[in-house]
Amino acid sequence: MSGLPARGLSRRALLGIPLLAAAAAGGGFYLLLRRMEAGRYDPHAVDNPLVGHPIPEFAALPAQAPAETGFGSADLRAAGRPVLVNFFASWCVPCRIEHPSLMALAKSGVPIWGIAYKDRSADAAKLLDEDGNPYARLARDESGRVSIDWGLYGVPETFLIDRGGIVRGHWAGPLSEDTVRDEVSPLLRKYA
Amino acid sequence: MIPELGHFALALAVVIAAAQAILPLIGAHRRDAALMASAPALAFGQFLALALAFGALLWSSVVSDFSVYNIAENSQSVKPLLYKITGIWGDHEGSILLWCLILAICGALVGVFGRALPASVRARVIGVLGATSAGFVLFSLTVSNPFVRLWPPPLEGHGMNPLLEDPGLAFHPPILYAGYVGFAIPFAFALAALIEGRVDAAWGRWVRPWALAAWAFLTGGIALGSWWSYYVLGWGGYWFWDPVENASLLPWLAGTALVHSAIVVEKRDALKIWTVLLAIGTFSMSLCGTFLVRSGILNSVHAFANDPARGVFILVLLALVIGTALALFAWRAPSLLPTGIFAPLSREGALVLNNILLCSIAAVVFTGTTYPLFAQLLAGAQLSVGAPFFNATVLPLAIPLFAAMVVGPMLSWKRAALAPALMRLWWVALAALAIGLIASLRTDALPAFGFAASAWLIAGAFAEIVERARLFRVSLGASLARLAGIPLAAWGAAIAHAGMGITVAGIAGMAIADHRIVAIHPGETVELGGYRWTLEDLRDAPGPNYTARLADIRVTRNGQTIALMSPGRRSYPLQRTATTDTAIRTNLLRDLYAVLGEERDGKAVLRLHVNILAPWIWLGALVMAFGGGLSLVDRRLRIGAPVRRAAARAVSA
Amino acid sequence: MIRVLGFLVLLALPLASAFAISDPAEMLPDPKEEARAEAIGRQLRCLVCQNESIEDSGADLARDLRQVVRQHVAAGEKDQEIITWMVSRYGDFVRLRPPFEPLTWLLWASPALALGGGVLFVAFAARQKRPAPAPLSPAEQRKLKDLLKS
Repeated sequence: MSGLPARGLSRRALLGIPLLAAAAAGGGFYLLLRRMEAGRYDPHAVDNPLVGHPIPEFAALPAQAPAETGFGSADLRAAGRPVLVNFFASWCVPCRIEHPSLMALAKSGVPIWGIAYKDRSADAAKLLDEDGNPYARLARDESGRVSIDWGLYGVPETFLIDRGGIVRGHWAGPLSEDTVRDEVSPLLRKYA
Repeated sequence: MIPELGHFALALAVVIAAAQAILPLIGAHRRDAALMASAPALAFGQFLALALAFGALLWSSVVSDFSVYNIAENSQSVKPLLYKITGIWGDHEGSILLWCLILAICGALVGVFGRALPASVRARVIGVLGATSAGFVLFSLTVSNPFVRLWPPPLEGHGMNPLLEDPGLAFHPPILYAGYVGFAIPFAFALAALIEGRVDAAWGRWVRPWALAAWAFLTGGIALGSWWSYYVLGWGGYWFWDPVENASLLPWLAGTALVHSAIVVEKRDALKIWTVLLAIGTFSMSLCGTFLVRSGILNSVHAFANDPARGVFILVLLALVIGTALALFAWRAPSLLPTGIFAPLSREGALVLNNILLCSIAAVVFTGTTYPLFAQLLAGAQLSVGAPFFNATVLPLAIPLFAAMVVGPMLSWKRAALAPALMRLWWVALAALAIGLIASLRTDALPAFGFAASAWLIAGAFAEIVERARLFRVSLGASLARLAGIPLAAWGAAIAHAGMGITVAGIAGMAIADHRIVAIHPGETVELGGYRWTLEDLRDAPGPNYTARLADIRVTRNGQTIALMSPGRRSYPLQRTATTDTAIRTNLLRDLYAVLGEERDGKAVLRLHVNILAPWIWLGALVMAFGGGLSLVDRRLRIGAPVRRAAARAVSA
Repeated sequence: MIRVLGFLVLLALPLASAFAISDPAEMLPDPKEEARAEAIGRQLRCLVCQNESIEDSGADLARDLRQVVRQHVAAGEKDQEIITWMVSRYGDFVRLRPPFEPLTWLLWASPALALGGGVLFVAFAARQKRPAPAPLSPAEQRKLKDLLKS
C-alpha cells in the first residue's frame, strides 16, 4: 500500500517532464538571443581552427602594387614582431568599412600585411592609391588557394601572428573601432 | 488613409481578441450562458477586424502606395498584379499579419462548426484561441507593424526578391500557415479539456477533424515548398534538411502522430493524456518553427530579416503560450484517469508504435536542428548538422514505420494475432520483394530498397481495401456491396498510406537520377539518359521587370522530338540580382530538367538531369492530403448523422 | 548588423551565376573518381551559404573547394584524408555529418534514446494501476440478484 503515493508522485513527475524540457529549451534560446544582441554570438560566423597554431606554410606570393615584393610564410615568421595579416579585395564593400580602422592601426605603428584576395592587381592598386595604403607589405592571392589554407571564407578577415609565427587572433568581417580597442590592441600588447 | 484604417483595425483586433480570451473563459468558469454565448460573436468580430486590416494592406500593395514602408521595401510599380497581391506575405510583417488572420479564421470556424459542442467546451476553445490571437496580433501591432509610413514616399519601391516571384511560392505561405495555425484548434481543445478536467471519446471525435484538416494543409504546404525549391532554385534537389524545412517537418510529424492517436481516443477511449500532450506539442512545434525562422538564431538559407528584438518578443510569446499549456498539463493531467487497457498486439497497439516512431523521428529532427545552437551555448563549439546526419538517422526509424503502416490496419481492435494478418499480406510482401529485386538489378541497394518499400506501402493500402471488401473470399456481388459500404474514413486512410508509398517511390527515383554538366556551342548535341539534347540557340528575351537569356534545347529520342526546353537566366536590374529559370518537361514518369549556367567563348554551360519518378514526390503528398480530406468529409457526415437519423425517425413516425 | 551586410555583399556575387553549376572542365575525367569527389563534396558545408554542401552551392568559395577536393581525389587521397584536410582549415563546422565524439554522443544517440524512451514510457503507462470498477450499490446488487433469480 505504501507504494501507491510514490507511484502517484512519479506519475506527476513524469507529466511535468514536458514543461521542464520546454523551459530548458526556452532558457537556452533566450541566452543565445541575448548573446546575439550583445554581438557575442553570430550564427553565420565560423571559428578559425588556426588560432593557437603555427601559420600555414606557403611559398612567397607575388607582389601587389604599390609593393615591389610579395611575401611568404617564412617572411612572416622572420618579421620579429607581431604582425596583423589582413585579407582584402577592392570588390568587397565591408573592406571599405574597416579601412579607417586599419589606417589608424598603421598610423600607431602596427605592421599590417595585406593579401589581396581574388582581385585584379590594377583594381587593388587603384583602391590603395585613392583611399590610402595601411599595409606595410602587400601580396596577392589571385587563385585564392593560399587563402583556403588560412581557412578564409570571406573578406575581410584579419589574423594576428606573434613573433614565433603562431596565430593568436582571428577576426572575420570588418574590424570596427570597438573591436580594435577591446580585442586587437590588448592582444597586440600581450604579444609585443 | 487606407493604411491608417488598416492600422486601426489591427488595434481593434487586439482588443477584440483580448475580450475573446477573457469573457468566454470567465463565462465557462461561472457557467454563465450569456458570457459563453459571446464567444462566437467575438471570434467573428476579431476575424472581421483582421480581414479589414489585411484588406487595407492588400489595397496599399495593389495601388503601389510606397508611403507604406513595408510596400516600398518589398514591391515596385511594374510588378505583376498577382505578385502585388501575394507579395504581401513574402516579407516578415505581412506574413505575420496573414498568420494572425488565419488564426482568427480558426476561431470563427470553431464558432460556426462548433454549434454541436457543449457550450462550455466551445467557449473555452474559442477563449484559448483568442488568448493566442491576442499575443500574435499584439506582436504584429508593436514590433512588426506592416502599416508603418514612410515620408517622403519614394518614387519607386525596392522590389521583392525575384526568387519569390513565382506562382508556386505565391501560394505556399497561405497553405503552409493554414497547416501551422490550424493546429491551434486541437491545441485549444486540449487546453479546454484540461481546464474542464475531462477527456473522453467524444473529445477525440471533436479534435480529429480539425487536426486532419490542418494536417492536410500542412502536407500540401510542405510539398509546395519542396516543389518550389526543386524547380526554382535549380540545384537539382528537392529537400535541403535546412532548419526552415525542418521547422515545417516537425509539426507535420507530430501532427501525423496526433491524427493517429486521436483515433485511439475516439474508438477505444485510451491514450487520452498522451493525445492531449501531442495536441499541445504539435502547435508548440509550429510556434517553435516560427521562432527559429524569424529570430535569425539559426543558420538558414531562407531566413527572414533577422532582428533579435523580434526574437525576444516571439520567445516571450512562446513562453506564455507553450509554458501555460504545459504547466496546465503538468497540473491537471495527473487527475485525468487513465482508462482503457489494451494488448500490444492490436490495432491500437500498432497505432502506439506509429506514435513512438513518428515522435522519435520528430525528436531526432529537433535534436539535429537545434544541436549546433546548444553545442555553441554549452561548449562553445561549432558544429554543422546537415543532410548526411538526417539521412543516416531518420531512415532506420522510417523502416519500421513503413512496416507498421501496412500491418497495423490488418490488425483488429482490442486483441489481434500477428500470424493471420501477415498471412493476408503474403502477396503484398511478394510484390515488394519482386520490385526490390528487379530494381536491385539496375540500381544500388538503397534506392532498390526504396522501391520495395514503396511497393509494400501501395500494395498494402490495396490490401486493406481488399480485406475490408472480403474480395475473393465471398461472392463478387457481396464484395462489391461491402466495397460500397467501406466508410470514407477507411478509404482516406488507405489513400493517404498509398500516397506515402508514391512519395517514397519518387524519393527512390531521385536517388538514381542521372545528371551531366556540359559546355557546348549552339548546334552541338549531347547524350544523357537515352535522350539526345541539342542546343539550338542562345537568345535574349525581355521581360516586364527583368531581362532574360534563354537557351533553346531540343530533346529527341530515337529521332523523335520529345521536348523543346528553354532554360534561362534572368537578371533584375532594380534588385541587381539574377535568378535561374529552370526548364522542366515531365511525363509523370520522369522529369527532363535543364539549367543554363554561364557562357564562355560562345559555349553555354548546361546542367541536364533526367529525374526518374521525380513528380511522384509531390504527387504522393497531394494524394496524402486528398486522403486526409476524404476522411474529413466522412467525419463531418458522421457527426451530423445522429441528428439526421433522429429527424428521419421523426418523419417516419 | 554590418557583419550581416558583409555577407549579403559577399553573397551577391556568387548568386549572379547559376546555383552550383560548375565548369565541366573542372570535373574529373574518370566518372568513378568524379562520383567519389561528389560524395565527399556532399559531406562538406559551403561556409558562406548556410546548410548547403559545396556540391550544391554556386558560391565562389564552394567552387574553389570543389576544385580542391577534386585535386586531392585525383592525387589518390582517401576520403577521410580529404575531410581531415578540410577540418584542419575550417574546423568541424565544415562537416555536414558531425564527427562522433563526446560532444556529439547525445546527437548520434538521439534516435536510440528517443525510441528507448518511447518504449519505456509505454511500459510505464501500461503498468499503471487502473482504478478498479466501483463496487455495486445496494440497488444494483438487488437488481443483479433479481436477474440471477429469473
